[in-house]
Parts: sequence; C-alpha cells; structure tokens
Amino acid sequence: MNLVTTAMLNWNPWGMMMMMCFFVALPCALLGAYLILRRMSLVGDAISHSALPGIVVAFAFVGDLSSPWLLAGAAIAGVLVTVLIEQIHRRTRIKQDSAIGIAFTSLFALGLVLIRFLIGDKVHLDQDCVLEGDVSHVAYAKTVSLLGADVPDALIPAGIVALTTVILITVFYRVLTLSSFDSGLAASFGYKPGVVHYALMATLSVVVVAAFEAVGAILVIALLILPGATAYLCTHRLQLMLILSALHALVSSIAGIYISVHFNGKESAGVVIAGTMLFILAWLIGPADGVLVKATQRRKNTLDEAEI
Amino acid sequence: MTLDLANHLALTLGQKAPIAAIYVGICCGLLGCFVVVRRVALVGDAISHAVFPGVVAGFIWSPERNPWVIFLCALVVGLFGVIVVRAIVSSTRLKSDAALGIVLASFFAFGVFWNSTQQLAGVKGFLFGDLTTIADADLWMMTAATAVVTILIFLFLRPFRVLSFDEGFAIGLGYPVKLLNALFFGLLAFAVVVAMQAVGVILVSAMLITPAATAYLLTDRIQKMMGLSVLIGIFAAVGGWWISGLDNRFQTGPVITLLGSMVFALTYFFAPRHGVLAKFLRHAGRKSRVHRENTLKSIYRVLESDGFKVAGVGVERLAEVRKLSLEEVLKDGKDLVSNDEATWEEGKTAIYLTSSGWRRAAEIVRNHRLWELYLTDQADYAADHVHDDAEKIEHVLGADTVRKLERDLDFPEFDPHGKPIPSLEATLTMEKTTGKQEDTGY
Repeated sequence: MNLVTTAMLNWNPWGMMMMMCFFVALPCALLGAYLILRRMSLVGDAISHSALPGIVVAFAFVGDLSSPWLLAGAAIAGVLVTVLIEQIHRRTRIKQDSAIGIAFTSLFALGLVLIRFLIGDKVHLDQDCVLEGDVSHVAYAKTVSLLGADVPDALIPAGIVALTTVILITVFYRVLTLSSFDSGLAASFGYKPGVVHYALMATLSVVVVAAFEAVGAILVIALLILPGATAYLCTHRLQLMLILSALHALVSSIAGIYISVHFNGKESAGVVIAGTMLFILAWLIGPADGVLVKATQRRKNTLDEAEI
Repeated sequence: MTLDLANHLALTLGQKAPIAAIYVGICCGLLGCFVVVRRVALVGDAISHAVFPGVVAGFIWSPERNPWVIFLCALVVGLFGVIVVRAIVSSTRLKSDAALGIVLASFFAFGVFWNSTQQLAGVKGFLFGDLTTIADADLWMMTAATAVVTILIFLFLRPFRVLSFDEGFAIGLGYPVKLLNALFFGLLAFAVVVAMQAVGVILVSAMLITPAATAYLLTDRIQKMMGLSVLIGIFAAVGGWWISGLDNRFQTGPVITLLGSMVFALTYFFAPRHGVLAKFLRHAGRKSRVHRENTLKSIYRVLESDGFKVAGVGVERLAEVRKLSLEEVLKDGKDLVSNDEATWEEGKTAIYLTSSGWRRAAEIVRNHRLWELYLTDQADYAADHVHDDAEKIEHVLGADTVRKLERDLDFPEFDPHGKPIPSLEATLTMEKTTGKQEDTGY
C-alpha cells in the first residue's frame, strides 16, 4: 500500500488530485448517506453555504487557510445555522423549508460581505474559491515526508478528516443508525437523539469545510447527496449502502479528474459530473430501485400472470 | 454629510438600478407568498442554482450578451430542472429533499464545468448579481417579465390560492392541477431569472423566501400577505442597493439579502401576533391568569368548607390547603390584590375577595364542577377520573360553552362528588354578603 501511494504520488500530479478529491469526497459520502436516510439533505445544503462566515471570521483571526481554527469556525457556523433553523420553525408558523432558506441565505450573504471587509483581495479566499474550489494546487504543493513517502502537505488535513470520519462512523454506527431510523426507539434505549443530531451537524460542518478549499461551498452538496442517493437506488441494506457510497466517491474522483483533463475543465466540477453520471446509471439500472429494472420486473410479472 | 447624501440621491435616482430593484421586489414578493405557503421554498433555491448552465448557454449563443437569449436559456434549463426533480421523486424511493439537492448541485456543477472550459467573461456576474451594471436591454426584459408575472398571478389568483393551501381540494374542484403546477413553476423560473440580475443565482432564494416569510408572520390573509411581501421585497432591494453604494466593498446581492434578513429578524421578535415576543407574553399572561384562578378557587373552597360564615381566609390556612410555603401564598395574594380580585386584612394575615374576585372564583368552581358532571353524565367517565381533566378545562371554558353545558345537564345543583355547583344567583347574593362583611372586616 505504501509502495503504491509512493509510486502514484511520484508519478503524476493527477494521481495527487484524485487522492485529494477522494479524501474530500469519502467523508462527505458517508455522512451524506445518513442525511438521505434522515431526509435532511437540504440541511446539508444549508450547512455548506453557512460554513462560509465561520471560515472567513476564523481566517481573519489566524490568517492561514490551512489552520485547524478554520474547521472550528465552520463547525460553530454549522451548528449555529441548525439552531437558527430550529428556532425559526419551532417558534413561529414558518415551515422548515422556508426556515432553511432564510437561515442559510443570511449566513452566506454575511460571509460574502465579511470576505470583502475582513480579508479584501489579498489572498486566495475569494468568490471563485467559494463557488468552485481548487484542487490543482495539490499537485504543485510542497511535500512533506510521512511514513517514508513524500506526501503533498495539502493532502494531510483532508486525509485526517477523512480517517477521523470513517472511525467516528464505525464507532458510533449503532447509535447513528438507530437514531436515524427511529429516534424514539433510540431514546428509549438511553441514547440521546438530540445529541446525535448536533454531533452529526458539527461533524458535517467540519467535513464540509475540509472539502471547501477543494470543491467550494456549492459543489460540496453534490459530494454529500449524490453518493448516498446513488447507493440508495442500488441496495436496501445500510452497510452495503455505506460501502457503495464510498465506492461512488472513489470512482467519481478518479473518473472526474479524467473528465476534467480531457475537456480541460474545472476538476471539482468534473468530479461532480462523474458522480452525476453514476447517479443516472443507478437511476436507470440500480438493482433496488432502477427505473428499467422495475419496468422489466413489472413486465415479467404481467407475463407470469398471463401464463397462469 | 447631508449635502453629500442629497448629492448621492440626486445622482443615483436617475439610474436604472432602483427600478430594477423594484421589479425584483414585485416578482419575488408575489411568487414568494405561494412558495412559502406551499412549502416549496427550496424548489426556488434548486431552480436558482440549476439555471446556471442556462446562463452559460446564453452567453455562448449570444456573445453580445442579449438578455432575451440568456433569459430564455435560463428559463428552459430551470424548467428542465423542475421536471427532473419531479421525475426522481415519482420514479424512485428518494424523497424530494434529496431530489432537489441532486438537481441543484449537479446542474450547477455542469454550469461551472462548461464555463471553465469556455472561459467566458461576465458569467460570474450572474452568480452574485450586480444591480449597478444593469443595462437598458436588461431593464426592458425585466419590465416584460415582471408584467407577465404580475398579470398572470392576478388572473390565476384563485386557483393558485386553492392549489397552495390544499392540492387535493384543487383537484376536487376540477382545476387542471397539472397545468397550473406547470404554470406556477414556470412563473417561479421567471422570477428567479429576473432576480438573478440583482442578487445572483445563489441568493435568489433570499428574495423569494425572506420577504414572503416576513409577511407570513404579519398577517393571515393572502392578499395582504402579497402586498406586504412586495413592500418588504422592494424595501430590501432598493435599500440594499442604496447601502451598497456607500462603500465600494459592498456588493448589492449580499447587502440586499442581509437587509431582508434584518427585517425578518425584527418581525420574528416583534410581530404583533406571530412574533416570538408576543407569543411569550401571551403565554406568560395565560400562565399567571391560570395561577391566579387556582388561588381564587382555593379560597372559595376554604370559604365553602366553613359554610361561607366568614369572608376572609387566613394566610396560614391557605398555605396549608394549597400545600405552599407562606411566602408563596403571600406572593399569590399580592397578585390577586394587584389585580383587584382581593384585599388584605391589615398586617397581611388574612385575605378577602372583592366582588370581581368572588365572581371569578365562583365561575371557575362552576366550570370545574359542571365539567365533572358533564364527563360523568354524558361521557360515562367514572367519578374519580374527572377531576384532573376539569382542572385543565375550567380555565378555558367560555360563557357560551358554560351556558350550553348547563342546558344540556338540565341546570344541575350538585357535582358528581355531591358538592353544590355555585349558580349565578348564589354568586350575586354572595357578593352582597361579602360586601357587608368586607366593610365590617376593616
């Protein structure tokens, strides 16, 4: 494994970009699968937009884009937006969807204003970065030695976030799953679904901000929702769904870089386009819920009935 | 400063930006109401992100940036996005939130990718919007679109209203719901494309949702809501544009959004009926009224057990009956006194009910006992099960309901536990007697 990564990294910059995309996409995919199950996809949307002011404020203090304080800032902003949404829709008659819309547009706009005021045009935290991110710098970043391999330093934080997310989901698999499907039952077992909810939101914000520099605030929604949705159309079992989501992240990272190289387009958008194609494929021929699969099933059923 | 301001106004009023801002306020304000009421707020969000590849296509087909071409392309792509959302929801197990997220992000990614391969200048202006760069042709296009949106909404006001509140009912009335839905989402795409110029595709949701949600907290009637929503939208758009002129670091889109959010925040706290503060005060008021009424009831019961021989109740006695400390009872007594429902004996050792206090106490006890009787007689409850229910309902029964209960129960005199139900006459005589005793008590 060590040999493979070393070879890959030393060979070409595309390999590094693929790895960067995968490290960013993997935690998104796993958390996104739970968002789909909890019907909270659009809260993911809201968090990805609202991480912006958290990042900007943290950046204004530390002045370093790779500082862990940015993760903390974004996590706070992410929890703040979920609290805002709840306060709006619990305390008034405004429904959840409108509450989400109000909360995230406010925070996103705040972030945009703060960028201009706190940071100016000095550094690479501008509106393009917000929208489409940038992976290409990974290929030219300076490398550090890690476990005997030369690794670009930009890969390290993303890798740590990815690894931590995988570990967290494995450790808390039971409570996370139970509270996603039946929070009442989870509560009766002595778990705290409310705590799980906010912990999930905080983790989500951290993951989103780790992906922020690579893919931007909006395309991260695709990384969150597409893998889970694709896997959801392929299987009825949760464990398999998580594995398929991770696979989706891997395949779309690799294919996405190829696409973007071929058309000379933006890498982040290429990854999302590859992911979209996988989704369309699953929509058509997904074993659990594909349109064509269901159509042939229906046809077979009617033929069987005719024979009888 | 004032001169500066006046100069600024004079210079800018002739510009196109405020007119465009007004159009955005009208379009989004009107449609936003239906969007908020129908709970499809995030469909607007999805459309606004999804139109991006349409904008790119428009720029490619029309290098001279003809707004009509861009408008048409964006509209077509936006509607296609809505169709894809509906297709995903109807043909798979995925719920609408996931479908919206998928369309939003994948369409947007396609736009970003296409734009990055073409390296078109100016497309990004549509992402964050800029009112100050609106050209004459844009303004004409916005005028036309706003006119279409406004006229169609007023023509179809009735069916849209029914559709928004209850789609099943609309089908039952025989409205062509599918056609109306297509029209509705078409208009929504219209509004998105108009607002795109001002606030950019990402913050269009803010113009669609925030003014309408603010209006929703202020009124219960849809026409009034539409009017308010348009006013708030215009205020946010024009005000935001004006503020963003004060400092060149401000962009119109975010500032307009933030101004709208501020109006919403103020309304959220201070709206007369649906605001958080009003709700809190109402709740607190109700709680203290219920508490007072319970104190009154206890006093009445103590007096009743003494056969109404004395008019005052000793504070210690009351504390014992209510199972409270002396301080708490003194505080309860103070509430009653400040509400003119009781008076203290000198030295605060006993409390006397005033005539209004008497009336209210008797009313509460009557409500309680009537309800108990109603539950045992008409709803076949066991006599030992009715007390807790009556404890709650006694505070909310209105005069009409009480009269109806009395009629239904044939003007009863005793409750299921054998206690007398205070009648109106008895209350009146009681008032008289206590009046006398109150005089002697002092």
